[in-house]
Amino acid sequence: MSIHIPTSLDDALALLHELPRVQLLAGGTDFMVEVNFNKHDVHDVVALRRVTELQQWHHDATTNTVTIGAGVVYAEMEHGELATLFPALAEAARTVGSPQIRAAGTLGGNLGTSSPAGDGLPVLFALDAVVNLASHRGKRSLPIGEFMLGPKRNALTQDELVVSVSMKTTTGWQGYAKVGTRNAMVISVASASLVLDTVSGTARIALGSVGPTIIRCTQAEQWLQTHYDISARKDIDEAIATEFGLRVSQESRPIDDHRSTAQYRRHAVGVLAKRLLQRGCVQ
Amino acid sequence: MSTSVVRTRRDTLGTSALRPDGGAKVQGSFAFSSDVWADNMLWGATLRSPHPYARIISIDTSEAIKIAGVETVLTAEDVPGQLTYGLIDSDQPVFASGVVRYMGEPVAAVAADHPETCRRALAAIRVEYEIFEPHVNPEDSISGSVPPIHPNGNLLRHQRIVCGDTTVTGPVVVECEYEIGMQDQAFLGLEAALAIPDSDGGGVEMIVATQWLHEDRKQIALCLGLPEEKIRLTLGGVGGAFGAREDISLQVHASLLALRTGRPIKMQYSREESFFGHVHRHPAKIWVRHHASNDGMILKIEARMVFDGGAYASTSAAVLINAVTHIQGPYRCANAVVDGFAARTNNPPCGAMRGFGVVQACFAHESQMDKLAQACGLSPVEIRLRNAMRTGDRLITGQPVESVAPVERCIRETDAIALPPQMTSSPHELSLPGGSGRTADRSHIVRGIGWGVSIKNLMYSETFDDYATARCRLENGIVTLKFATSEVGQGFVTLAPQIARSVLGVDTVIVDPMDTTIGSAGSTSASRQTWMSGGAVDGACRLVRERLFEHVALQNNLDPLQLEIDDTDIIDTRGTLRISVSKASAGVTFEETFEHHHRPTEDLDENGQGNCHVAFAFVAHRAVVDVDTELGLVKVVQIATAQDVGRALNPLSVLGQIEGGIAQGLGLAVMEEILMVNGIVKNPSFTDYLLPTALDAPDVVAVLIEEPDPQAPLGAKGVGEPPCISVTPAIAAAIRDATGRAITRVPVRPSDICL
Amino acid sequence: MRTMSETQIYSLRVNGKLRDVTDAWLGESLLYVLRERLGLPGSKGACEQGECGSCTVVMDGAAVCSCLVLAASAVGADITTIEGLTEGALTDVQQAFIDEGAVQCGFCTPGLIVAVHHLLDSTPRPSEMEVKEALSGNICRCTGYGRIFAAVTRVIEQRAQQ
Repeated sequence: MSIHIPTSLDDALALLHELPRVQLLAGGTDFMVEVNFNKHDVHDVVALRRVTELQQWHHDATTNTVTIGAGVVYAEMEHGELATLFPALAEAARTVGSPQIRAAGTLGGNLGTSSPAGDGLPVLFALDAVVNLASHRGKRSLPIGEFMLGPKRNALTQDELVVSVSMKTTTGWQGYAKVGTRNAMVISVASASLVLDTVSGTARIALGSVGPTIIRCTQAEQWLQTHYDISARKDIDEAIATEFGLRVSQESRPIDDHRSTAQYRRHAVGVLAKRLLQRGCVQ
Repeated sequence: MSTSVVRTRRDTLGTSALRPDGGAKVQGSFAFSSDVWADNMLWGATLRSPHPYARIISIDTSEAIKIAGVETVLTAEDVPGQLTYGLIDSDQPVFASGVVRYMGEPVAAVAADHPETCRRALAAIRVEYEIFEPHVNPEDSISGSVPPIHPNGNLLRHQRIVCGDTTVTGPVVVECEYEIGMQDQAFLGLEAALAIPDSDGGGVEMIVATQWLHEDRKQIALCLGLPEEKIRLTLGGVGGAFGAREDISLQVHASLLALRTGRPIKMQYSREESFFGHVHRHPAKIWVRHHASNDGMILKIEARMVFDGGAYASTSAAVLINAVTHIQGPYRCANAVVDGFAARTNNPPCGAMRGFGVVQACFAHESQMDKLAQACGLSPVEIRLRNAMRTGDRLITGQPVESVAPVERCIRETDAIALPPQMTSSPHELSLPGGSGRTADRSHIVRGIGWGVSIKNLMYSETFDDYATARCRLENGIVTLKFATSEVGQGFVTLAPQIARSVLGVDTVIVDPMDTTIGSAGSTSASRQTWMSGGAVDGACRLVRERLFEHVALQNNLDPLQLEIDDTDIIDTRGTLRISVSKASAGVTFEETFEHHHRPTEDLDENGQGNCHVAFAFVAHRAVVDVDTELGLVKVVQIATAQDVGRALNPLSVLGQIEGGIAQGLGLAVMEEILMVNGIVKNPSFTDYLLPTALDAPDVVAVLIEEPDPQAPLGAKGVGEPPCISVTPAIAAAIRDATGRAITRVPVRPSDICL
Repeated sequence: MRTMSETQIYSLRVNGKLRDVTDAWLGESLLYVLRERLGLPGSKGACEQGECGSCTVVMDGAAVCSCLVLAASAVGADITTIEGLTEGALTDVQQAFIDEGAVQCGFCTPGLIVAVHHLLDSTPRPSEMEVKEALSGNICRCTGYGRIFAAVTRVIEQRAQQ
């Protein structure tokens, strides 16, 4: 049992390759809860907080692509330039846990855990994010829908880690909303992220906590695109917004659990979808 | 140059004196019971049943004891004295023997060198269970349709109240069944204790956070088979209690481990274990029917209530009595038929939580008052004013309310508090229901207003003599106070010196550690300590003052009856003598101990008649809530309240109790519930047991109604419980006002509002 | 790159001093190490999940839950606990908490004091909602937050006058 604190990505990847049972530690907001609750033993821990490559983000203006390092904390996404580039991500980041959690929790951590309740994940799906992975063998990238496979299951091989996510910036409104029963430290009962792209005339909506993984409502998206001109930026008809909400909720696959019922979750995502659309189409 | 002297405030009664332990608490140097260590100490931990109902076939501790660092493993066969304990009935096993009756019931305990070693030891204990289907429906326990879960049977208590003319009916009849979920006290300072064994194994010293040192001592002594004087308890810093420390939790376990190993044992619970390690508020179903005249006067109340007491008796019997005797609310009611049951099930044991049965009854009676109001075409305020109790009116138990009963004033003064401003057209997004989740815009929100008024008994009832003891010593102008009163955060350590300053004219007052070297102070619960321990401190100080005056009188050839305290001096009211208290007490020591008893109470007869309570306090709440009606999310905007406090001995402390109690009542209204499915606790963590955060807190506007109660030793009533009682139905009523939904249950879930 | 095995010594920089940790189990949180090994019991544990804020410390300039920091991974970080805030006299925040009645049982108090200091260091004149949002990760079960807000408001006003 040992702990390793690499300072470069190469060193981290070498450790992943050499050690048989590695536990990756970023902000600790998932990992330490499990350790504190005795859910698993501590074996070989590779702490990533000093790997500089993971703590950075950059904007490639020529390709309109922003790449956010897996170690960037949610607090950094709430304000400043990143928030301007991706307002939906800033809104989602603001709902993650508490200020203390936001100062430590990372996108990489949420991707590593791959829970359908991960707060930032619907935004990544709605932005068609690409997850960049690396191992000692080299790099590869996967669309996020091919990275997250099911509840707490993803495509990472044992010697891989998430290096960053890449997303294209969009022109148009984007937003996020999350339902929970108190006003802060909200555990998600249902969540949604909507991205309206006025250049391509497309809508992308992704749902959290209402299925085994994040759900992209592609049918509802297509319906909206044929019934409402996203590029024209006109006020949205109440009936269209309501129908959109209904179709989104039909694509959700929620379950009953101690936090809520499938019936309420299905209802809630429909309401969120409608409201996000109305918010996005206000002139 | 000015010659006037600015007198510093003397921190006597009536002032907002500051906490003497505040300095240590803000620096993090105040020692909670989890902040004590001893040389050579071991850690203790408990193994708990994962099943709500099962027979224990075997327990194999052999693998656990082999682990390096593990010193001992104990089970039921290692309990040397009484095998069970309890506050009313001693029906709760120290360790389960033969059968487990609730999820989380202790089965074994270990002592080891590190908490991680303890965890591994617990994991290595092999318990073979024969799992039974749990009995979780209290109605089955009452009807007898399931076999007894416990040799004492499945009915913990039944009490009937029959009062006046039971055949009376009214032209207006409203009825409903109400449901209240299981709330948890969720104090932050997790259970912790340090137990140090005597070297001869004949006794134990313990530092522990508890509500009642002497009751703990009694139960520990019985289970250890040792005399009480061999169990010496000192109060460790208490991180909140709210009823959850009235029953013992780890006290006997820690003592047993200490005696067996011969070494100090530190035990502390995790949050998850804490949820299993203490009693909760009783979930309840209460059916009520009111008969009233057309102008809204209550003619008769009928009720049937069922409290789920869980696996062991704890204080269920007393909680039930509070509920049935308070179901009429703070209103006149001449006729009643009430049936109350406390049932045993395989759910977790329930017991004391702030409000103690009255919370549940109040939700029912206040919801009914609004139904009556609607049926009679009256406002919620008017229906309550018309029926408001006054001093001298009787409870349905026949007991006259001799306490000051300013119910009408509570309602009117609450009503006079300004409503919050209307929501602006672009409110701050975090102030909307849903908060940072950004689920709503302004157009989705409806505002509602609701009312709740309550009566709450103070001190213990049904002949229980819950006296309090205090000792006062005066020496060279300094007073030292000694009492065993549990300070749990409420501020008794602030108040007691204020009493001494007022009575004796001193400034410096030292409070000795709270422990069992002095007589009992009773429990810090039932809104009783200001009245009882305050009365004891006051009594002891007055006795000392008597001695002091005798001393001064003798020295000055005066009649002691002429002497008075004036600020920090003793003066002769009929002469010119003025001598400072410090000078007068130089070189002498006066020490007196006083026991304060409240007046005796009675049992209830088989018709629920009897003067079973000591005194009462009253409060009104008005809630303003904003509701997102489509998503069913709620933000409580403002709570206005006027509380009958008798006399505000420390206004800042009183306000603290009011604001804190309101937050707990808000929690029960909209977010706090232990979720049970077939005896399994689904949410034993703060992730899913939700406490109000800073963003959930409403604006609280509080008015203190000060009509000193002649029965109360200092004129002051208890203030701890009333704030959390009627605020819950006020919030529920406000949600009804906003949504038109029936809302017959708390906590209100989003689906109750929007589906 | 640093590699440490179970019983090797590591050092943490806490309140400006380098402190040795010996013979520790590597799964220990920073909260555990502060309280049990470094004699700094001011930070409190009430949930071990980052849901209550009682364990709040400042680490490399950020207010974090120490129960969620693997102590051994905090090597090289600058850690400030409640004990490190006071140098002899009480801070204005601490005094305001006492004066406004914002302390009852006191269990949440150290975490809140650290969080308030951290807020005001970065945002000298926060709005009411900014205060509430910044403190939304610190649960108080006794006070209902009213007196806590009053204490923070008092400090903001006092500092603005200076």
